[in-house]
Amino acid sequence: MPDLDAIYRLMLRSRLFEEAVIGLWNKGKISGEMHLAIGEEAISAGVVGQIQEGDALALDHRGTPPMIMRGVDPTLILLELLGHPDGLCGGMGGHMHMFSRPHLAASSGIVGASAPAAVGFALSARYLRPGRMAVAFFGEGAMNQGMVMESFNLAASWNLPVLFVCKDNEWAITTPSSSVTSGNLIERAQSFGMDASEIDGSDVTAVWDAAKAAIERARNGFGPSYLHMHCWRPEGHFLGDPLLRIARHPLKETKELTGPLLKSVTKKKGTSITQRAKSLRKVSSILAKTIKSRSMKEKDPLVSLRRKLDSDKESIKKIEREVKEEIQSIVNEALKKDAERAGRNTW
Amino acid sequence: MKKESFAQSIESAIAQAMADDDRIILMGEDIQMMRVNLFSRFGEERILNTPISECAFVGAAVSAAMSGLRPVVEIMLMDFIGSAMDAILNHAAKVEKFSGGDWHVPLVIRTACGGGYGDGGQHEQSLWGWMAHIPGLSVVVPSTPADAGALMLAAIEHDAPVVFCEHKLLSDYWLDYMGGSWRKSVKFDVPAEGAHGPVPKKWKALPLGKAAVRRDGKDITIISVAVGVHRSLEAANILEKKGIDAAVLDLRSISPLDKDAVCESVSRTGRLLAVDEDYKCFGLSGELAAVVKEEGLSFRYARVCTEDTIPYDRMREDQTLPSAEKIVHSALRMME
Repeated sequence: MPDLDAIYRLMLRSRLFEEAVIGLWNKGKISGEMHLAIGEEAISAGVVGQIQEGDALALDHRGTPPMIMRGVDPTLILLELLGHPDGLCGGMGGHMHMFSRPHLAASSGIVGASAPAAVGFALSARYLRPGRMAVAFFGEGAMNQGMVMESFNLAASWNLPVLFVCKDNEWAITTPSSSVTSGNLIERAQSFGMDASEIDGSDVTAVWDAAKAAIERARNGFGPSYLHMHCWRPEGHFLGDPLLRIARHPLKETKELTGPLLKSVTKKKGTSITQRAKSLRKVSSILAKTIKSRSMKEKDPLVSLRRKLDSDKESIKKIEREVKEEIQSIVNEALKKDAERAGRNTW
Repeated sequence: MKKESFAQSIESAIAQAMADDDRIILMGEDIQMMRVNLFSRFGEERILNTPISECAFVGAAVSAAMSGLRPVVEIMLMDFIGSAMDAILNHAAKVEKFSGGDWHVPLVIRTACGGGYGDGGQHEQSLWGWMAHIPGLSVVVPSTPADAGALMLAAIEHDAPVVFCEHKLLSDYWLDYMGGSWRKSVKFDVPAEGAHGPVPKKWKALPLGKAAVRRDGKDITIISVAVGVHRSLEAANILEKKGIDAAVLDLRSISPLDKDAVCESVSRTGRLLAVDEDYKCFGLSGELAAVVKEEGLSFRYARVCTEDTIPYDRMREDQTLPSAEKIVHSALRMME
């Protein structure tokens, strides 16, 4: 059984770190896209909390929480996000392309790329680090990438020590996954001969137990496993997700959407009125789904874990105070370094 | 004259083509929402949302094109083309030759490329040279709204595969989407004339492989595509103040390459400066030198290109991508 206080601290650090990232991104201190993993903390903590020296992590474009939970210095991560030469990857990678060699942790911004990466890490583990294994994190959208399916087969037929973790938030970028995915994904994984199970990814103890069994199987030579974890990500695909903007600022954003839309839908040549109406219904149902599924409420993994903690209120508050102070000092330190950088300004 | 954004002009050209030809379909990730105006007008039978399965849907688009449809398939970012490369390299580009000319692949691969907004080296590449290397593919890289619409129409009407590269700094919605340009806190060096400009009421296809002289000059020929054209024009203005008269040639298509226009200009100026946001080695910039050399012309040559993996850090990114400053610097050295 994991130390739930320690797990809570791990998850809270990640949450507060990413909340600080939102602020810096909004201020323009961080450029480009920003894919957060708020809502995925229980999945990261339940798996990464059991990773040992010599195990490898193949991460996707939401790699910040697993990196932090694995023990990578958050200040280095934040400096990386600021593009600072002292950042984790010298400011060359940014949040989608973070690497930490001592932790055998590597990420990629290409959907699905973590699956073959984990297979290769597992292959080298079998030869060079017996008893060690590799984890791949990816979303359910990646389950439709050929390279992921090929990796399942490779890992299973070579009996490699891999844990495939699918984080299912029901959205493939900004498309509802169910509309572009056939069959049942757990059965799909099982069909490769892998042990596969479905877990509530907001429940860190459930994640922990399932991951523990899968990691033990891998370490003991029983091959790969697949864990399908459900989660809710309130920030959408990335910060500024256009669907979320419409959902959150309906008046302003909808005006920009509906003008051209009405003009186009009423144009002469095109499909039938029935088909056009069907398209409009689909658009509004996607927006409705956005509003509904982007709020975590009861499914916030931190809220649900906090309720389970046995410790007294004071010690929980102490953890929260300490983490808050730690993250604040990380932000201060990183911003100080950022300001010292000659010629650097906001973009 | 009517004015449109770069992105609008591509969309209105596609809409015009789809209204005239039922065989044209669109497919890609998130496309029903990304192209919501087309989706609402043409419906789900012709605007198809795909899973994140580039290998499958580009491969399927090739054979759909072989068997009667005219697909415009979107690969969100050009960097992601790797996952679909087999369908493009070994099938789309080869089928016509393999079949002795019996089969055609009227396919458009539309993809967003280019950097300048801090998204890192896996989301900002301009791989047009890599595509143009493959016989059987046409590669189009427009730099203005008028060209974007007219070349999109040409690509759709073409009976062979065309890779249509849409630079994100020119396409407002891409910059909004990827760079978060709706944040008031970020600024990008967007070439105004490339992002917004005059367009015709009704689109007429431009021929593929026809370069445009954006600026006449007698001292040096600067050749580029997309954002590079605007950086080159900016550089030419600076050079003018230094007494140097630079011509700027916008290739518009990389393949077919308008060799005549390239050679004609270089034969007059005796200097060729290639400006390419794609990688420096083994690509467009070297090809330009080769075609002029093959014509037996004698000329001075230099290039300003992206030389290495694009850094995430905005400051080093700006230093890596071709800039007016670097172009001016190279041009001045060539004039020595």
